[in-house]
Amino acid sequence: MTETSPSSLSRRDFLKLTWAFFGGVVAVETAGVFLAYLQPRLAEGEFGSVITAGLVDDFPANSVTHIPNGRFYIVRIGDGGFLAVYHRCTHLGCTVPWDATAQKFVCPCHNSQFDQQGTVENPPAPRPLDLFALTIENGEVKVDTGDIIQRQTYDMAQVIYP
Amino acid sequence: MEEQTPQPEPSLFERMRKRLTPEGIPADDRGRMRMVMESLVLHIHPAKVETTSMKWTYTWGLGGLSALLMTILGGTGIILINNYTPAAPQAYLDILEINSNVWFGELIRNLHHWSANLLIVVTVLHLIRVFVTGAYRPPRELNWLIGVAMLLLVLGANFTGYLLPWDQLAYWAITVGTSIISYVPLIGQWLTQLVLGGPEVGANTLLNFYSMHISFIPLAIFGLMSYHFWRVRKDGGLTIPKSSKQIEDPKPERVTTIPNLTNREMIFALAWTAALLLFSMLVPAPLEGIANSALSPNPAKAPWYFMGLQELLLHFHPLVGAIIIPSLAIAGIFLLPFFDLNLKSVGVYFRSQRGRALTILAVGIALIATPIWVLLDEYLLNWTLWLPTWDTLISNGLIPLAVIALPLILLDDRIHKIFQADTEERVLFIATFLFTAFIVLTLIGIYFRGPGMNLYFPWNMPVVVH
Repeated sequence: MTETSPSSLSRRDFLKLTWAFFGGVVAVETAGVFLAYLQPRLAEGEFGSVITAGLVDDFPANSVTHIPNGRFYIVRIGDGGFLAVYHRCTHLGCTVPWDATAQKFVCPCHNSQFDQQGTVENPPAPRPLDLFALTIENGEVKVDTGDIIQRQTYDMAQVIYP
Repeated sequence: MEEQTPQPEPSLFERMRKRLTPEGIPADDRGRMRMVMESLVLHIHPAKVETTSMKWTYTWGLGGLSALLMTILGGTGIILINNYTPAAPQAYLDILEINSNVWFGELIRNLHHWSANLLIVVTVLHLIRVFVTGAYRPPRELNWLIGVAMLLLVLGANFTGYLLPWDQLAYWAITVGTSIISYVPLIGQWLTQLVLGGPEVGANTLLNFYSMHISFIPLAIFGLMSYHFWRVRKDGGLTIPKSSKQIEDPKPERVTTIPNLTNREMIFALAWTAALLLFSMLVPAPLEGIANSALSPNPAKAPWYFMGLQELLLHFHPLVGAIIIPSLAIAGIFLLPFFDLNLKSVGVYFRSQRGRALTILAVGIALIATPIWVLLDEYLLNWTLWLPTWDTLISNGLIPLAVIALPLILLDDRIHKIFQADTEERVLFIATFLFTAFIVLTLIGIYFRGPGMNLYFPWNMPVVVH
């Protein structure tokens, strides 16, 4: 066997490489199996599925209503548009209550504050409160809690009108 | 003569004892040394130990105490499993049952709880002791790495155990603690969901944490601990300060391990066990109301050992406070033995006289500077307000980081110039400074942060009624 030939890989080195390669494949496969096995599964009808929040007329204009089992607020802004705002603080995950007198969301954990549309008024929260996909069918407000929408700013395109 | 009287047939008990320990504890030194060498458990010790290495104020027995606490935690943990269901809300009801209706239940839970908390303090002190005596230098680097890995596992064990009572304290501490994971770049959301087993802390999280808490983590700690002990001997035992006396006398005084070392260890272990038992009888482990995902307490605090981290989060953008600074800190701790190599001062507390002075200086500066910085950042500095158009990662992350790093670099430079400190003393100074600052941040987080995470004096802390 000569060193100059391009196919000068010795039998021993070839076998070593083959073993290393298939060993690596097995390691990656095993890690993949573990990760796949540990993936979270969501139960039907619980948080994570589509939840009916109520009828359109249940929510007066300029109101904020907590839907605890869906983990969201139905925010109906002044002009009658709807937002489904996730009640989880974007800072460290605390549940953010609506302060009706101050007209804002105030997180008890680290004092992040958000206005009615969920925009950050006071850090440390790094981005507005997340939204859920909201649809209105036959006068019913439905929220898909499996679909968390992160946003950097509030804009009118996020508002759903009946 | 006794030898001529016929020996009675040995009793069953006697025969069993002879099978297990054929000779009992030998009376002579040679026999005792052989016994140490031939015993699986005892051979973590040398047959003979130098009297200077047994000096109480050298190691403070911190490694041994960690091992004792691990043993207590293993024992109490194994029986706690028998009265516990890792399901929500049954877990909480089981804890109530353990506290009220199980024989010695509350005592065993308290013992487990306090031993776990003490273990964090003791392992950190052990790390500090090894650091300040320079006992991680070659050939002991690998054992330092294993030790740091075990410290991380101990934190993991504590954190997973924190959720298991399923009370408000547990629920929100874990919510806040795991939310930090979501700031990992790119894979943060996916990783959080994997750890939690869903979008928020829930029944799947409880099962995940329980399984890690009772299987993977203790197994890993047990394996690493055995290896850690073995390496201590392979690396030549404890580091011993080279006193002037020793240079004159190359053969230091050595005594047999049995009974000189084993007796000390036994007394030490018994005294600590008694103290822990007494403490657990008098002070109950905390338990609040059942976990309620709709009601965040005010303030919501992470477990106490992560309060330094949470304090950082109040001052920095999460990517900097929760990911970059802790990663650098852990990497720095791992790498310490690779840029602090002076073998001459191994075993000497604080390296040298100058090192001792610099340590006191570093502690002093950190004790004063850290609270001042916290107050400044809380009430005066507001980078996001001053630089409204900048990305908050820069205005609230990199700029404050630079504001802290610059004085530290200047300080290191001054130390180098004024005190003619060498590398090992500068490493000592910087590490001591940063570590003290972290301890101060942790204490501020635990005792000075009140409702809305505002600063209060501990004796003036308002209580929020939900």
